[in-house]
Amino acid sequence: MIEALNEALQFTFMRNALMAGVLVSIACGVIGAFVVVNRIVFISGGIAHAAYGGIGLGYFFKFNPVLGAVIFSVASALGMGTVYRKTRQRADTIIGVMWAIGMAIGITLVDLTEGYKADLMSFLFGSILAVPSGDLWIMLVLDLVVIGLVALLYKELLAISFDETFASVENVPVDAIYLILLCLIAFTVVMLMRVVGLIMVIALLTIPAAISGQFVKDMKKMMVLASILGVLFTTSGLWLSYFLNLTSGATIILASGVAYLFSLALQSMVRRARPESAN
Amino acid sequence: MQHAEMTDTPREVISVTHLWAGYDSEPVLEDINLSVRELDFVGLIGPNGGGKTTLLKVLLGLLRPTRGNVRIMGKSTKEGRRDIGYVPQSVELDRDFPISVWDVVRMGRLGKRGLLQRYTIEDERVVAEALRDVEMLGLRNRPIGELSGGQRQRVYIARALATEPRILLLDEPMASVDPQVSGSLYELLSCLNDHVTILMVSHDVSAISSYVKTVGCINRRLFYHGDKQITPDMLEAAYQCPIDLLAHGVPHRVFPEHSAEEVRP
Repeated sequence: MIEALNEALQFTFMRNALMAGVLVSIACGVIGAFVVVNRIVFISGGIAHAAYGGIGLGYFFKFNPVLGAVIFSVASALGMGTVYRKTRQRADTIIGVMWAIGMAIGITLVDLTEGYKADLMSFLFGSILAVPSGDLWIMLVLDLVVIGLVALLYKELLAISFDETFASVENVPVDAIYLILLCLIAFTVVMLMRVVGLIMVIALLTIPAAISGQFVKDMKKMMVLASILGVLFTTSGLWLSYFLNLTSGATIILASGVAYLFSLALQSMVRRARPESAN
Repeated sequence: MQHAEMTDTPREVISVTHLWAGYDSEPVLEDINLSVRELDFVGLIGPNGGGKTTLLKVLLGLLRPTRGNVRIMGKSTKEGRRDIGYVPQSVELDRDFPISVWDVVRMGRLGKRGLLQRYTIEDERVVAEALRDVEMLGLRNRPIGELSGGQRQRVYIARALATEPRILLLDEPMASVDPQVSGSLYELLSCLNDHVTILMVSHDVSAISSYVKTVGCINRRLFYHGDKQITPDMLEAAYQCPIDLLAHGVPHRVFPEHSAEEVRP
């Protein structure tokens, strides 16, 4: 077993994949915690899928599809965020529509593009085993941007997440902070896209944070634990994928999903053993 | 500010004149006039949907009035709300949120520290003092979700106190607490009333206790004369039936008696 692991680590692609898993898990843990406590999983899903429009744009106009994805996901984050803030009642419908339109634009543009479209599937289903060294640097920079902004705006981000009304009364620029959070989600989504693909981004963004939220009751601890869990899931998923020759994105999500179900069961057992004292 | 204390009538801290407000051009508040003097303890009661929360939103500058004028400490609401400590309905807040008592109360310092500024030692001191005032300092590291309803309410009051307010606005402060607990909360508020003006709203007439100095009724219109008693006239005007608007199914006919008893000091 150890020999097989050592052998696998001889490959650059395997080392890059593990490194990519660690890097995305950090952003994922930090931003995922905000996604979970703010209950904006749906918007995050919308941002992820609308990003596909940007990939199509990149193919069609012959520039890096990742850049297109960044542009589209940030634009859709700002659009969906504004809709969510301004029209409370039908926000989910409008976000759902934007989500679908983003994808449709991507599919159409890819159709219209002539020639070879090899790694298209990798954007949908992820290809952590094909992350080039250059992308690791991009991921590192995005990590630093995410951590830096969250550290600088932590007290405001915490305030709008916990009690937006009170934050407004305290003259916190609530709308601006909210849109910044959505842009950070957009960056994280694009990073995750390389690892698990657009379709499964939401799982890796929310599962580690949701599990840690069950066991720690402090936002910072939740972020750290979620990042550690993310590393655990991507690494174990990666090994499963390597040894069983399965799609890496899917094995990572399955590892996370199984852990989530376990944690739910564990929590209900703990609850039963120790009845709730607070009313 | 010192001058005001020397004169006989305390100075006006909240001034609302001919206020109309609502959502989508549907008025919820009509022609509201309200003048609150320094160190008053005002209790406003009214049925659900009678515009209590809307009035608080207008006072906090969260909802722009369609007509009329609101001044807080003689300033606009955006400026004046720096002097307001707001205690929202606690049911609206997420109990499972991963946050400690200390971190919640420290949010009261947000208005004093702008973007990119860190909390200071001064902030820590004010937060500790606010928690001591509400007797919750010992539980400062507890997650908010592990507290009882009354304890949580104390924490939100502490958060409001951490803003170093001159006015406290409370929205249904007794809504989620037992009667015994609400008694001790009233004692706390009455203590705080020594140096801050208090305005609270409630749908529950029995929630207005003898600690309240002046009372009014609100149901689209405000019936407030700066008096200590709710008169049957005011109640009748505010609660024009139907009966199910009344709090906790208290039968309409016993209502005026009940409230008069509660209000008597």
